[in-house]
Amino acid sequence: MIKDQSFLDDKASYCIDSAKKNGATDVQVSVGNSVSETVNFRNKKLDESERSDTLILNLTTFINKRKSTISSSNIENNNLDILINRCVETAKNSPEDECNTLPEQELLAKKISELNLYDKNHISNEKKINFLTEVEENVFMDDKIENSESSFSENKSIFTLANSKGFLSGYKSSSFSASCVAVAKSNGSMERDYEFTNQRFLEDITKADKIGKAASSNAIKKLNSKKISSEKIPVVFDKRISRGILSVLSSAISGSSIARNTSFLKGAIDTEIFNKNINIIDKPNILKGLASRPFDSEGVKSSEIKIVENGILKNYLLDTYYGKKLNLKSNGRAGGTTNLFFQNGSISFNDLIKVHPKLLYVTETIGHGSNIVTGDYSVGASGFIIENGEFIYPVSEITIAGNFKDIFKNLTLADDLEYKYATNSPTTLIEGMTVAGK
Amino acid sequence: MTDFFIKSDISRNDAEKVVSETLKNCDDGELYLENSKTENIVLDDSKIKNSSYNSDIGYGLRAVTGEVIAYSHSNEISKNSLKNSSENLKSTLKSKKGTYNHSISKSNIKYYEDKNPIEEKSFSSKIKILEEIDKYTRSKNPNVKQVTANFLGEHKSVEIIRAGGEILTDIRPLVRFNVSVVLEKNGKKETGVYGIGGRQSYEDYLKNENWKKVCDEAFRIASVNLDSKPAPAGEMKVVLGPGWPAILIHEAIGHGLEGDFNRKKTSAFHNLMNQRVASDGVTIVDDGTLQNRRGSLTIDDEGTPTEKTVLIENGILKNFMQDRLNARLMKTNSTGNGRRESYKHIVLPRMRNTMMLNGTHTQEEMIKSVDKGIFAVSFGGGQVDITSGKFVFNCTEAYEIINGKIGSPIKGATLIGDGPSALKEVSMVGNDMMLDPGIGTCGKAGQGVPVGVAQPSILINKMTVGGTQI
Repeated sequence: MIKDQSFLDDKASYCIDSAKKNGATDVQVSVGNSVSETVNFRNKKLDESERSDTLILNLTTFINKRKSTISSSNIENNNLDILINRCVETAKNSPEDECNTLPEQELLAKKISELNLYDKNHISNEKKINFLTEVEENVFMDDKIENSESSFSENKSIFTLANSKGFLSGYKSSSFSASCVAVAKSNGSMERDYEFTNQRFLEDITKADKIGKAASSNAIKKLNSKKISSEKIPVVFDKRISRGILSVLSSAISGSSIARNTSFLKGAIDTEIFNKNINIIDKPNILKGLASRPFDSEGVKSSEIKIVENGILKNYLLDTYYGKKLNLKSNGRAGGTTNLFFQNGSISFNDLIKVHPKLLYVTETIGHGSNIVTGDYSVGASGFIIENGEFIYPVSEITIAGNFKDIFKNLTLADDLEYKYATNSPTTLIEGMTVAGK
Repeated sequence: MTDFFIKSDISRNDAEKVVSETLKNCDDGELYLENSKTENIVLDDSKIKNSSYNSDIGYGLRAVTGEVIAYSHSNEISKNSLKNSSENLKSTLKSKKGTYNHSISKSNIKYYEDKNPIEEKSFSSKIKILEEIDKYTRSKNPNVKQVTANFLGEHKSVEIIRAGGEILTDIRPLVRFNVSVVLEKNGKKETGVYGIGGRQSYEDYLKNENWKKVCDEAFRIASVNLDSKPAPAGEMKVVLGPGWPAILIHEAIGHGLEGDFNRKKTSAFHNLMNQRVASDGVTIVDDGTLQNRRGSLTIDDEGTPTEKTVLIENGILKNFMQDRLNARLMKTNSTGNGRRESYKHIVLPRMRNTMMLNGTHTQEEMIKSVDKGIFAVSFGGGQVDITSGKFVFNCTEAYEIINGKIGSPIKGATLIGDGPSALKEVSMVGNDMMLDPGIGTCGKAGQGVPVGVAQPSILINKMTVGGTQI
């Protein structure tokens, strides 16, 4: 069982009082506990069970404009006393920084709205095993499947965030996730693919048979791939991949990248960085949302923001520190974005893949090839060749490359957005990238 | 050494009893206890951006029978918590029956000293060096727009209690020092990153103003990239420089030779034992015994002493890397490759310092032999898909080769290849083997562990370069 809110609240208050007695002028503390239980299957048999019970306390002490942070998993008061003392002493020896401060009082979240993030239902390991048995029975329905690994995980978390300006709030959240990775084999070719589901509430997860069947067919489709020759060819990103464009955007417009002058989007605020028909929203208040939250990791209220409106960059992602650096106010993005998504485009998936007679449809990329400083992009890829709207054959061992400044301007979004991850995008057509192969 | 039971309501003796009782019908398992302290001090934008200290303590109780692993971990080393973990494990394994393997090899050799790098150097003196680094690097050139530098120090105490009360311990120091420089000229920005580290004190790396060399190198890489032109696209010859580019070996071959993927037959190498997997002259070892290296371990995270394991000898596959579970199921012995990121993670077979040994050629010979290709000197990171064998890595410093001569620097491009065939395309192995500077972290199944790599220069006949210029 996870700890009570009152236990965490008391720990947080203890730290604030103790740090102040040690000489801190301001204090922020978070205390969290998370319990998860996971069961893994491999080739229709139980492979692994894991129970995880973790505690974490993060404390930041300020002495005017000096700051220091400690964290610990040992939250016994006698251990905390030692660490609090160390934290304050380190702050004393740290240089001043004008931007070191707690958030302004009026930005802190006051009314905490109920976002429906916690499902009290518990699913026993026996029931997880039944679920996974059904997943795996469905994977192996095709005899091209050689291997499979499936997993079911239940997580319950609770935390409290408090600061010396009187903020003290916290809440519980839960998640239930199941996944299946299938390995298919035929004519000496081996390929792996997957399907998964992740939801706040148990009742919302994808059914076991669907997960197994999808993983199976995804892996089989990739068998006996070809390597294509190098060319400039329009590329379509599957929803799994297109959401990565938003991750790059959010790194590039984070307060730290902008203030430190290490972003290819420095100075791009209020300019058109996408086509006019592109809108990007960050929405923290979706009920049951995977990345919903009433306030950010500093207690600042998180409200819905339009990041890109009609192609124009409208907001950076700011916490208190980088807000101050840029002479702006925090917009509640300490700890990153919330539920971030491209608004749907106006073309259907089926029409999108017919826009050009020949397309490369990318279902997987590997490597860390996004450079936030220059915007350059180059990754390994695999997927399919589409001709006249038909999937013709799988391709692998190729790379795709371009620069995000161009990629952003050459996007066409389909109308098939769904909320499967914290960051989501419809299927996306990108023109003008270079594909390297033979 | 941490006494994990001194403040606990359970005595060491009673904890040993819980372990023995939990594991009595299992093939293997242990109680793994860990106390780690980590300090990270970051200078950025000419300010001390962050100073953090983390103190983490916890245990993981593991029971293994047949192929099934049951694991439970917690931060609370208490009677109640251990009891819950024990019950959780027993419920998973209730229908299984095994025989505990008490045998574990022993060694008295240590590959690093018992030091606490965090406490050895005062906080103020670390701050002072970081500030000097900022001043020094910015004074090199007015084009320097950003300098980030950090000290990351770790001190980890590990205790392993096996059924029957056998106890194994290790104390592991680890430091890393990194500098990143951003240059801007005529509106173009480029980054250079360099770092050093290992299982020693900061002083071993920073003495005689050695830190200046790290700043110089980061600055040099950024300068080279400022003058880079777009990279070519397509298949061509690739010369890899010595040292850190050996992450190619790590990705292309290393992961595929880890015991778990081969026991499960998901690796492209699982049926290739004693067969040719690389050109003649290619020998690859995984060595946990190099003194003070980042990837070295006195014992692995199951208590097995590490060793130098020959993986490929003159092109022929000789051994996989094993932990105890996979070794037992494949009827062989652990090679001391059983590792975990922390007590929060299960043990997996993982690499230590993975090295391609010297051949007879010179780098000059290799470059001369290439009409059109690239010379890759440094990489950012890499990744592999074990099942298909496809791997990638990103160049952070590379040049074109034209008619046997090194030409202009080229922009960071991804290289992609196929693991099982890549080493068969190695046509020359150099005589200039180098270890990497001590910065590698390998990720697998969500767990990061420190590793090392080494290689001489090598010539690969055919790889796909992911540039933009066809």
